[in-house]
Amino acid sequence: MNTRARVLDALGEVHDPELDEPITSLGFVTSCQVTLDGDVAVVLRLPTPQCAPNFAYLMAADARNVVRRLPGVRHVTVRLEDHYTGEEINAAVGRGEGFTRAFPGETDDDDLQALRRLFQRKALVARQSRLCEVLLADGATPEQVIARRVADLPDIPDARRCLELRGDLGIPREEDSPAFVLPSGEPVAAGDLTRWLRTARLVRMSLEVNGGICRSLLQIRHGLAVDDPEEVAR
Amino acid sequence: MYEADGEKYFVVDGHVHFWDASPANWVKGQEQYAKGWIECFHAYQSLGPPETHWPLEKFQKYSEEDFVKDVFEEGHVDVGIFQPTYLKSWYREGFNTLERNAKLAEKYPDKLIANGRWDPREGETGLKQLEEDAKRYNLKGVKLYTAEWHDGSRGWTLKQPEAQFFLEKCQELGIKNIHAHKGPTIWPLDKDAFDVADVDYAATSFPELNFIIEHVGLPRIEDFCFMATQEPNVYAGLAVVIGGLMHARPRFFNKVMGELLFWVGEDKMLFASDYAIWEPKWQLEGFLDWNYPDDEFSDYPAVTTATRKKILGLNAAKLYGIEVPKECRLPAEAGTPAAREDAELVGDQ
Repeated sequence: MNTRARVLDALGEVHDPELDEPITSLGFVTSCQVTLDGDVAVVLRLPTPQCAPNFAYLMAADARNVVRRLPGVRHVTVRLEDHYTGEEINAAVGRGEGFTRAFPGETDDDDLQALRRLFQRKALVARQSRLCEVLLADGATPEQVIARRVADLPDIPDARRCLELRGDLGIPREEDSPAFVLPSGEPVAAGDLTRWLRTARLVRMSLEVNGGICRSLLQIRHGLAVDDPEEVAR
Repeated sequence: MYEADGEKYFVVDGHVHFWDASPANWVKGQEQYAKGWIECFHAYQSLGPPETHWPLEKFQKYSEEDFVKDVFEEGHVDVGIFQPTYLKSWYREGFNTLERNAKLAEKYPDKLIANGRWDPREGETGLKQLEEDAKRYNLKGVKLYTAEWHDGSRGWTLKQPEAQFFLEKCQELGIKNIHAHKGPTIWPLDKDAFDVADVDYAATSFPELNFIIEHVGLPRIEDFCFMATQEPNVYAGLAVVIGGLMHARPRFFNKVMGELLFWVGEDKMLFASDYAIWEPKWQLEGFLDWNYPDDEFSDYPAVTTATRKKILGLNAAKLYGIEVPKECRLPAEAGTPAAREDAELVGDQ
C-alpha cells in the first residue's frame, strides 16, 4: 500500500462526530495529495458554509492527528474549504492548537470532549439498536437478546463501531460484558427492551436523516454523487 | 381550500417568506455572508422536484405577483403565516422583516398573518419595539431566531434572563404563538448549538404560550420529540420535513413522519412550505397523497383524513384563531385540533 492509500485509509477512521459516519464515505474529503517526501495536504469540505464550527474543528483536528501518526508521513496540512469560520479553524488546526485558540474569548472548552461524548452516546444507542433488531427479527426473545455478551457480537461494522464507542466512553467491553448497554454502561433490562428500542429507533432515524440531508446538500453544492467512493480517490 | 377525493381541506401554511436577498440589499463588507446565506437556501430548493427549481436571480428577490401565484393561486393556501428573519448584519433592509411582510399582508388581510420577532440582546429598546409592533400589527405570534448575529454576539438562548422579560411581554400583549428556530447556528461554540433544552425551559416557564418548533428541531428531531412528549404546549412546524425530504429522501420522509406522529401526535403538527425555499403546491399535493409504503410501518399511528386535515390547517387555525369554513371542519369524534393533552397520551405509551 502506498502512502496516499494509507492516508486515505486513516482518514476513513475519522468520523463526523454528529453523524457517526466516516468523513470519507460522507464525501467530506475534497482532495488528498502526498508528495514523494511524505508531505500530506488534505482538503475537507462540508455540506454548507454554516455547518457547526465545533464539529468542523473536530473533524479537521482528528484528520490531522490520524495522518500525522502514519509512518513515512512528514508534514501534514489539513484545510477546511469554503466555510464561514474556515480561516479560524485552519489556523488553529495547522498550529496543532485546541478549540479555544481558534475562537479566542468565545469559548473555554479546548478539546470539546463533552460535545464529543454526547454524540458518542447517541451513536452507541443507534448502532446497538440495529444489532438488536436483527436478533429480534431472527426470532430471539428479549431475554435472549439482553443475555448476549460482547463475545457473541457478530464481526460486522455496527458491532465493531459499538466497541470503539464503548472504549471512548469508558464502558467495559470485555468478552463477558453485556452486549447491549445504556450510555451509563448499565445493561439494558429485558423488560425495558421494547421501550428502549422505540427510543433508540428515534435517535437512529435522526442520525440517518441528518446524514441524508448532508449528503444531498453536499451533492447539490458540488454537483457530485457523494455516495460514490471513487469521489474520494479522485 | 383544496378539494381532493371529495374531501375539503382548509390549508394554513405556517411558514412563508417574502424576502429580499438581492445584491443591492447586501451590507458592505458582509457580502460573503449575505451571498452564502441565500445560496445555501437555494441549494435547499434543489431538494424539491426539478420543475420547481428557480434560477438564483429570481430566488434572491421574487415579486409580489410570484408570491400570490405560487402561494394562493397555485399553492391552494388559504392562510399563510409570515415568519420574519431579520439578519440585518448581512442585509441592509433586513432579509425578511415584519415591515416588508406586513405591507403584503395589508393587501390580503384575510389570507396573510405577519408575525413579529424579538431579540433579548436588544434590551429595553427591543421591548418597546415589540410593544409598538404588537399594537401596530396586532401580533398573534413571533418568530425567534436564536442564530442571529448581533454586535459581535453569534447567538442567544431562550434560557437567558433577558429572554424571560420578552416572554412575559408576549404573554401580556396576547402574543400566544412563539415560533422557535435554531439554525443554522454556531453558538454556543463549544456546545451542541442545536440543543432545544432552552425551548423546553421556556415552555415549562410559560405554559400559557404555544411553542412551535420550526423544522421540528432539525437536526435534533430526537431531542425535539422527547421534549414534545413532556411539554403539552410544544408543537411541530413541518417546514423542511416536507420540502427537504418528501421528494429528495422519501424513505426518510416516511420514517420522520411516522416518528412525529408517534411521539408528537397529529394534533400538534403544522404544515408549512417555507416558501420561497419550496413552493407549497407540490408539498401539499404530495402530502395528501402520502401514506406509509408497507408493513414495516405497521406500529406507527395510522394516517387518516382527519390526520391530514389537522396537519394541513386545522391545528394552525386553532392556534391563530382563524375561522374555518364549515365544510372543512372535522366531525366531533375526530378529536380536537391542536389539543394539548394528546402529547401526554403519546408520552405515556
